Amino acid sequence: MSGYLGSLLGFSTEKIEKGDFILLSDRNADASFLINHFLSLYLRAGCKVCFLGLVQSFSHYSAVALRLGVNLVQAREQGQLVFLEGLKDSVSQLLQQGPNSEACPMGFLRGSQTDLRSLFRFVQRSVGGAGEWSPSILLVDDMSVLLSLGVSVGAILDFSHYCRTTVCHQLQGNMVMLVRVGEEEDDEEGPELLLKALTHQCSLALSVQGLPTGYCRDIHGQVEVRWKERGAGPGGALTQKKLLQYKVHDKGVSFFARGTSSAVL
Amino acid sequence: MNMATSVSNTGERRSQQNTRPACNTTSFQKKSRSKLVSIPGTRPSVQNGQLIVSTGVTSLDYVIGGGLAVGTLLLVEEDKYDSYSRMLLKYFLAEGVVCGHHVFLGSARDPPEEIMQDLPAPILDDIASDAVNMGQVTACDSEDQGSMKIAWRYQNLPKVQTALASSSRFGHYYDASKTMARELREAVKCSTFFLPHELPAQTHAEPSPISEAYRLLLHSIQELIQREGFDGTAPQQKSRNILRIGLHSLGSPLWADDICCEEKPTQASSLTSFLYGLRALLRSSLCTCMVTVPSHLIQNRAIMDRVTRLCDTAIALESFRGSERETNPLYKDYHGLLHVKQTPHLNCLVCEAPDTKDLAFKLKRKQFSIERLHLPPDLSDTVSRLSKADVAESARLLSSACGGLATSNKHLDF
Repeated sequence: MSGYLGSLLGFSTEKIEKGDFILLSDRNADASFLINHFLSLYLRAGCKVCFLGLVQSFSHYSAVALRLGVNLVQAREQGQLVFLEGLKDSVSQLLQQGPNSEACPMGFLRGSQTDLRSLFRFVQRSVGGAGEWSPSILLVDDMSVLLSLGVSVGAILDFSHYCRTTVCHQLQGNMVMLVRVGEEEDDEEGPELLLKALTHQCSLALSVQGLPTGYCRDIHGQVEVRWKERGAGPGGALTQKKLLQYKVHDKGVSFFARGTSSAVL
Repeated sequence: MNMATSVSNTGERRSQQNTRPACNTTSFQKKSRSKLVSIPGTRPSVQNGQLIVSTGVTSLDYVIGGGLAVGTLLLVEEDKYDSYSRMLLKYFLAEGVVCGHHVFLGSARDPPEEIMQDLPAPILDDIASDAVNMGQVTACDSEDQGSMKIAWRYQNLPKVQTALASSSRFGHYYDASKTMARELREAVKCSTFFLPHELPAQTHAEPSPISEAYRLLLHSIQELIQREGFDGTAPQQKSRNILRIGLHSLGSPLWADDICCEEKPTQASSLTSFLYGLRALLRSSLCTCMVTVPSHLIQNRAIMDRVTRLCDTAIALESFRGSERETNPLYKDYHGLLHVKQTPHLNCLVCEAPDTKDLAFKLKRKQFSIERLHLPPDLSDTVSRLSKADVAESARLLSSACGGLATSNKHLDF
C-alpha cells in the first residue's frame, strides 16, 4: 500500500516479508478497508492468495478491488486468487439441505461438526501447490463472524494455529486476519479472548478505533500500529507502537499523523 | 448483490444525465448491455448507483443515505414499548403495498393479518405535493440575507436545515389516523409466517447453531424466493418485482430464543446464525428486509454488537414516553431520539454517514418526521443554576463518538 502507512511499515509490492502474521482488529469501527487494501497489495505483488470472504459477497469485494485497481474476476480465472464465498453455501448448510459431505468448507454450520476442520482442509488445498505465484497468502474476513455462527473460541484458535503453521512456517507465506470486537468489558469472553490470543501470536497488529473525542466527518478514526522488531537481542522481541489517523475515500484511504488532517491544517 | 448492480448500472447512466453533476461519480464505468429494466417503487441511488427502495418514511430515507438498498437488511432497535418501531414496520409494509411489491411478514406475537389490517392509509398525491412545495418555498424566502458582518466565519457554512426533506418524489406519505383500504391491500401478494402456527409441538433438536423457530422462518423465506423467482432462477417473467420482508421482534422470547432472558444464553448464536443466512439470501435476490429487535431486553452487549454487525443499516429508537425526559421542556417538540448505529458499505470503501448524529423523531398525523435535534434558546428571565445543569446534561448526551456515546466526558467542558 502506498503512502504514509506503507512506508512506515516497509510494505511495497516489490518486497514482501515472509512468515508474517498480521492481525487487523477494530473496536466499534470498521477495519474492512484494511483487508481490502491488503488483498489488492498482495495481488499486485504477484502472490498466490487464498481469501476467505465470510461476510460479504464476491461482487462486493470485486467492486471495491476495482476501485483500488485490481481485477478479482481475472485473478480468480487465472488461478492467482482462490476465493471462498461463505455466504453462498451457508443457507443450504444451515437448513441441512443437500448431502452431508465432509468436503464443504462451510460444513461447520450443520452443527454436527464442532470444529473448523473442513475449512482448514479447504485452506490447505488452496495455498498448497507450487505455481508461478509465490509466496502464498491467506486472508480471512473475518474471524469474529465465526463466533456469531456458534463456533467456540477454542476451535477458532485451533484453526488459526493450524493455518499459521501451514502458511507462515511451512510455506513461508503471510497470513492476515481480521477480528472485530465491541466495547471493552472485563467479563466478555468470546471476542476479547480471541483478540488477546491472536495478538499474542501475531507479528504485526493494526487496531482501528474511533476517535476518543467523538464523531468527526473528516477524520474517520485512528489506527494503532504495533510491530515486533525482527532480530531483536536475547532480551526478547521489542514491540514498537505508533498511532495514526485515517480518512476513507472512495478510491483509497489516507493516513496521517495525529493532528495533521487536512481539515485541521 | 449481482442482480441489483446489473439493473442499476443502466440506471446510473440515466441518473447522471438527470441529476446535478456535483455527485461523486467514479471514473470506473462498467459497460453493460442489459435491457433497461425498471421495477416500480425503486430508483438508482444518486450516490453510488445502487438500486434503492423507500422505507415508507421519507425522512428516514434521507438519514440512511437516500433509501434502503435492495439486497440489504435494516435493523431497527425497538423503543421500550414497541410503539414507534412497530409504526416504522407498518410504514415499510404500507410502502410495499403502494408500490406493488410482494410483501412477506413474519411475526411471533401478533397474527400477521392483524398487522396488515392496521397499515396506515396513503395520502393522495395532490396534498402531499403541496406540503413539499411549501417546504421549498419557505427555504427560499430566507435565502436573501446580506453577507454577515460579525459572524463572517460562518458565512460559507451551509444553512442549518432542521427538517430533512428529500428532493425527489420517491416514497409516499401516510395518514397515521386512517387505515389502508382493503382493496388496496388485497391487490398485492402477501405471504405471512406466524410462529405459533408453524412450530410443531415436539421439536427434535438436532445440534445446530440455529434454533428450530429461526430455521423454519429461514426455510420459508428461501422457499418463497425460489418459488416466485426473486433470485432469478425462475424463467424470465414479464416484470421483475421486489420482495419486502418485515420481521417483527426477532430475538424476543416468543421466538423461542433466550437472549432476552439470560445474560449467558444457551442459544447465543441462534439469532446471529439466522441473520447470516438471511444476509446470504438477500445478497443473491431482489429482496429487502426490515427487522425489529427488542435490544433493550438483551443483556449481553456482545450479542447485540454481533447482531448489529450482521445487519447492513442499523438504527435505534429511544422514545421519551415513560421516562423523565417526557416532561423535560428541552424535548417538548419530539417523541424520542433516533440513533444511527451503522450504515452499510455498499460495494465501496466508504459508507454514507449522516451529517449529524443528533436526530430526534416525532410521529405526526401525516408524517413521521426525523429532525436534527436542537436545544431551544434559553429564554428564562433568571438564569438559574438548575437550567444550566439541564443544558449541560443534554449537551453531554448529544455529543457522540463514532460508535456511540463518548466514554470520556473530560474532553467536553461546556
